[in-house]
Amino acid sequence: MSNTPLTPDLELPDEHYLNATYGSGIRSWLLTTDHKRIALLYLASVTVFFFIGGVLATMIRIHLLTPGGALVTPETYNKLFTMHGVAMIFFFLIPSIPAVFGNFLIPLMIGAKDLAFPKINLLSWYIYLIGGGFVLYSFSTGGLDTGWTFYTPLSSVYSNSAVTPAVIGIFINGFSSILTGLNFIVTIHTMRAPGMTWFRLPLFAWAHYATSLVMILGTPVVAITLLLAGLERMFHLGFFNPALGGDPILFQHLFWFYSHPAVYIMILPAMGVVSEIIPTFARKPIFGYSFIAGSSIAIAVIGFLVWAHHMFVTGESTYAALTFSFLSYLVAIPSAVKVFNWTSTLYKGSISWDPPMVYALGFIGLFVIGGLTGLFLACLGLDIHIHDTYFVVAHFHYIMVGGAVMGYVGGLHFWWPKITGRLYPKSLSQFAAIILFVGFNLTFFPQFILGYLGMPRRYHTYPPEFQVLNVLSTAGASILALGYLLPMSYLIWSMRYGKVAGPNPWPATGLEWKTDSPPLTENFHVTPEVTWEPYDFQNRPDLGLAAGARPLAPAHGDD
Amino acid sequence: MSEHIVSPKVYIVIFASLMLGTGLTVWAAFQNFHQYNIVIALGIATIKATLVVLYFMHARYSPGRTQLVIVCSIFWLAIMLALTLADYDTRPHDITLAAPQVFYCV
Ligand code: HEM
Ligand SMILES: [Cu+2]
Repeated sequence: MSNTPLTPDLELPDEHYLNATYGSGIRSWLLTTDHKRIALLYLASVTVFFFIGGVLATMIRIHLLTPGGALVTPETYNKLFTMHGVAMIFFFLIPSIPAVFGNFLIPLMIGAKDLAFPKINLLSWYIYLIGGGFVLYSFSTGGLDTGWTFYTPLSSVYSNSAVTPAVIGIFINGFSSILTGLNFIVTIHTMRAPGMTWFRLPLFAWAHYATSLVMILGTPVVAITLLLAGLERMFHLGFFNPALGGDPILFQHLFWFYSHPAVYIMILPAMGVVSEIIPTFARKPIFGYSFIAGSSIAIAVIGFLVWAHHMFVTGESTYAALTFSFLSYLVAIPSAVKVFNWTSTLYKGSISWDPPMVYALGFIGLFVIGGLTGLFLACLGLDIHIHDTYFVVAHFHYIMVGGAVMGYVGGLHFWWPKITGRLYPKSLSQFAAIILFVGFNLTFFPQFILGYLGMPRRYHTYPPEFQVLNVLSTAGASILALGYLLPMSYLIWSMRYGKVAGPNPWPATGLEWKTDSPPLTENFHVTPEVTWEPYDFQNRPDLGLAAGARPLAPAHGDD
Repeated sequence: MSEHIVSPKVYIVIFASLMLGTGLTVWAAFQNFHQYNIVIALGIATIKATLVVLYFMHARYSPGRTQLVIVCSIFWLAIMLALTLADYDTRPHDITLAAPQVFYCV
């Protein structure tokens, strides 16, 4: 492994955001308002939740090795999948890319010194910690067994687990999300560098703008809804419990009004990451820039109109079901627009297989499967059959793990040199990407078949004829775990021992690559002025690529 | 931020109207207007909320962009309510109706 061939001996800059001293040691981190340090605080904390969620997932898969259940009691099994879902969705996946990469990169990408409200940014992290604290309290005192969806009246009346602290925790955590979204929107509106017009914004910024809209418009609804469920539980106010004059389906409407758009909070940022990686390693301007940007906004808007496709079999009216089915088909269009544009970008590109690219290509394949099976589920007749089966579980894991987490790990590999100033071992990381891909498919593809054959989700036991597919899935999960542990170890290793990356190791075209790696606290030595179009490799002599010719030099040289 | 100074008189008038609205709500709660009970209660509440947003939250004196944001969020709320109500309003009220049949022919 080596660096860009043209610049052999690179050194880290003397002064950068990691070694800048304001205040002493730990205080300089806990009281920082530097968006880059806050991003790292988030990186550490979402990793903790990823670990917790991961341990719970491992226990689920071990339990399902045998038809009778190998590990825990039925009651505990309910808690395992619930706490897994809550940790992964609310405390890992929703904050992951926005709060880590969005925080770190948006100011850098638009040529600003920080986000618009640096203190609010820090506040959002503390709110996240407080919300997370409540949820961990719930996990450790009785656990939680309602499913991550908290359906009433189970959550508001019958469950004997620690529902109240959990809904309070998620309510609090919602404000962290709202503040992050607010910060991004204001920053993108008001803090762009000279020449950084809207249509020169990186697509990552567009994706985060769309995500922020969803965060701001949707999160208050889920926060209030869970609070209402909590109030019903604590004070017997009748909102959702029919015995108290409430309506349980109203809970589902309100819950999914946020939680379907929330799946786009998870996937849109990952799409943004992929839109940055693909042109970089195809060495080509992205195909259909304005369509990709516009489709992010379209997804955010149409994504709000499909929620009741989660409720086809709950007794919602047939006409509503028809409407929501139709609208669900509609939302697939902007997603497909993106996929076609990414593949057109690859066409005739000079593709290099650097690690971020391997992750991005994996993302495209898995996202397509996840998205298409979403269309199966949006089909009224078919959904009667596969609703609440493992087919649904496979569908959303293809998008959330195969898509969003793949994008997250891909982004980690893409911007790691910027964040830490160092490169990681190339072949090992390509190997890890392939392990992840193989492990993922082995874990979740059998679940499509299981669901289609009729294995329901959220049961601690299953008929013996389903054992082979379940064992395959558990075997896949072990490989998948390796696929996560590998990057975790070599990335940590590289922080100390990795080769110095230099400002722009790939090279890529974004503004964030025009400053030091790691950047200094103020991001840029002088405010940059943008005079080029996005993802243009031809007119960028500063990238150090051969003039005129289509650049072919792989970022790592030959290792 | 533009600092628009609102005279105390305006605040007093608005406050008085809110109090009046509260009184009206309490009074209405003890009358029976049948299916209009909820319409009247929500109607008064909406007027009160509008006054709060316009005067106490200064939306009336805010720049156009802020007003646009407020209108958009209300529009989003309307989407939520409209589509949810669309479900309730099209449910068969007559239980004996064979509702799910359409499922199987689409
Ligand atoms: C192409 C657009 C998509 C369509 C048409 C679609 C459709 C659906 C439908 C109809 C269901 C309900 C299935 C059932 O319960 O019977 C469902 C479930 C789900 N989908 Fe999607 N989906 C799409 C994209 C996504 C994305 C992008 C994500 C996540 C990033 C996602 C995550 C989920 C989750 C988490 C569930 C299950 C929720 C639960 O019940 O626990 N979907 N999807
Ligand atoms: Cu959905």
